[in-house]
Amino acid sequence: MREAIARLKRHPAAPLAGTAIVALALLALPFALAAAGTTWVRVANLAFLFVLLSLGLNIVVGFAGLLDLGYIAFYAVGAYVYALLASPHFGIHWPFWAILPIGAAVAALFGILIGAPTLKLRGDYLAIVTLGFGEIVRIFLNNLSRPVNITNGPQGIARIDPFRLGGIDFSKSDSFLGLAFSGPIKYYYLLLLVLLAVIFVCLRLQNSRIGRAWEAIREDEVAARAMGIDTTRLKLLAFAMGASFGGVAGGMFSAIQGFVSPESFVLVESIMVVSMVVLGGMGNVWGVILGALLLSFLPEFLRFTVEPAQRQLFGRTLIEPEVIRMLIFGFALVLVMALRPGGLWPSAVRKRELAERDGAMAGKLR
Amino acid sequence: MSALLEARNVSKRFGGIEALSDVSFSISRGQIFGLIGPNGAGKTTLFNLLTGLAPPDRGSFALDGRALAGLKPDRVAARGIGRTFQNIRLFANLSALENVMIGRHVRTRAGVLGAVLRDPATRAEEAGIERRAADLLDYVGIRSRANEAAGSLPYGDQRRLEIARALATDPVLLALDEPAAGMNASETAALRGLLERIRGDGTTVFLIEHDMRLVMNVCDRVLVLDYGRRIAEGAPAEVQRDAKVVEAYLGTPDKDGPG
Repeated sequence: MREAIARLKRHPAAPLAGTAIVALALLALPFALAAAGTTWVRVANLAFLFVLLSLGLNIVVGFAGLLDLGYIAFYAVGAYVYALLASPHFGIHWPFWAILPIGAAVAALFGILIGAPTLKLRGDYLAIVTLGFGEIVRIFLNNLSRPVNITNGPQGIARIDPFRLGGIDFSKSDSFLGLAFSGPIKYYYLLLLVLLAVIFVCLRLQNSRIGRAWEAIREDEVAARAMGIDTTRLKLLAFAMGASFGGVAGGMFSAIQGFVSPESFVLVESIMVVSMVVLGGMGNVWGVILGALLLSFLPEFLRFTVEPAQRQLFGRTLIEPEVIRMLIFGFALVLVMALRPGGLWPSAVRKRELAERDGAMAGKLR
Repeated sequence: MSALLEARNVSKRFGGIEALSDVSFSISRGQIFGLIGPNGAGKTTLFNLLTGLAPPDRGSFALDGRALAGLKPDRVAARGIGRTFQNIRLFANLSALENVMIGRHVRTRAGVLGAVLRDPATRAEEAGIERRAADLLDYVGIRSRANEAAGSLPYGDQRRLEIARALATDPVLLALDEPAAGMNASETAALRGLLERIRGDGTTVFLIEHDMRLVMNVCDRVLVLDYGRRIAEGAPAEVQRDAKVVEAYLGTPDKDGPG
């Protein structure tokens, strides 16, 4: 059996066949999920949004090595740009394909804005400042309702336009080729498309002159500068690129939910995205995707199993699912960090780094 | 011969310590110019000022007649000064080849758009970067280690890799901070060959070194610093006979006692 699999793997058509299987699975997935309940399609969509966020943060944290704990601010910026330009709040209703690039650009601008004053900071200090920045953005959104009502404060902005393309409205069901395409399913395909584009961009960036320069900065900033790398420009570029992905994700979130409020962009969300990147494997695009999917689906899965399981065992709910969820979640994170410090699927570079550190420690012990 | 590098009255204080005071010298094109002096004489400080890591308090450098004042390290590298570090600063977790490829950054152009689209020009540039990096590994004699992590290479090879990475920036002046430190006799001999070859290929070398045999054998001129002051300059043989140099290295019996 094992030999047969090995032989299959060696077949010249194996990569192509593998890709085809994954593609088919991804295309069929929303219908399988819809069969279990439309909620699960929504969960998948939210998971995709988090994958987008994690990939964006990975550029800042994983590629350039700059710890950003306020990343959710860029998601908020993208979400509010979309909400303001496509809702009755200002009576503006621009099409999504015009707003998403604007959202990405505004988020990138914010990325540069936070990047510029923090360029000299490293590690912990950078983390603290970015954390503060994330909170500032949220507090602004909360309070920019007076004297001029821009964000509508804590009430948030409602009745945001869904995506519309030609005659297709992403909030309504359509049938096509005899299949029922509900709103969430349509968003699923759109998100999948955006996601593929972002993955493509990430992989190409990583394997380029720019990606190498980021790696150099992460490894040794002084040496990078002495080799002629303009660290100021490249760090700002990392912040801007990462932020723009967050902005796109935010715009899509806004349209999917139809409602945004500052509550969606609290610190815990930033920490969640950082956890996804770290758990999956900083710097490795595939690892980060895995981390984001796991941490998005796991809590939902627990939500649907913990309560029924307790009912079965004890006849009533002893512990709220939310509490157990966080408990298991935290435990899983600690476990992974203890057993696989490079993440579930670490990048080759990170693997080397850890091996070297262990080697050095073993050397000291000897 | 025209001067490639001119240093005029360079001074630097750290707190109460005068790390460099009024140091002037000039390096001619095509030389191997040695910089020696006891520990703490200010040699590495001079390199750091030259490469823009810190600004001098007074004085200035000029490369090819153009002032380097106020330039950031990356601009200095772009102007044509490549350097290595006394305490090796490789990108330890990246492969040897990647280290040298990063050195090509300053001489190449591809941006985000090129990286994503991979147009023919970008692809050609990338291929050129990789070819040049491989050639440079060959040049310093560690081609076979191209895919190993820089940090896991033997010490001597790490020093060579740093030289290859600095050469990748196409320097007109290569500043080497103790390249022979930690090398055994045969490695040092090979290093001497490499330095002579680099000079032969038209790159001027500015060399900080403690290995006196290497300095005396390979340098065209030598500058001696002691406590941040220039105490001698000349051909190696002259410098060796200079009373002040002997005193700086060995001390005088009545001042420091025996030994």
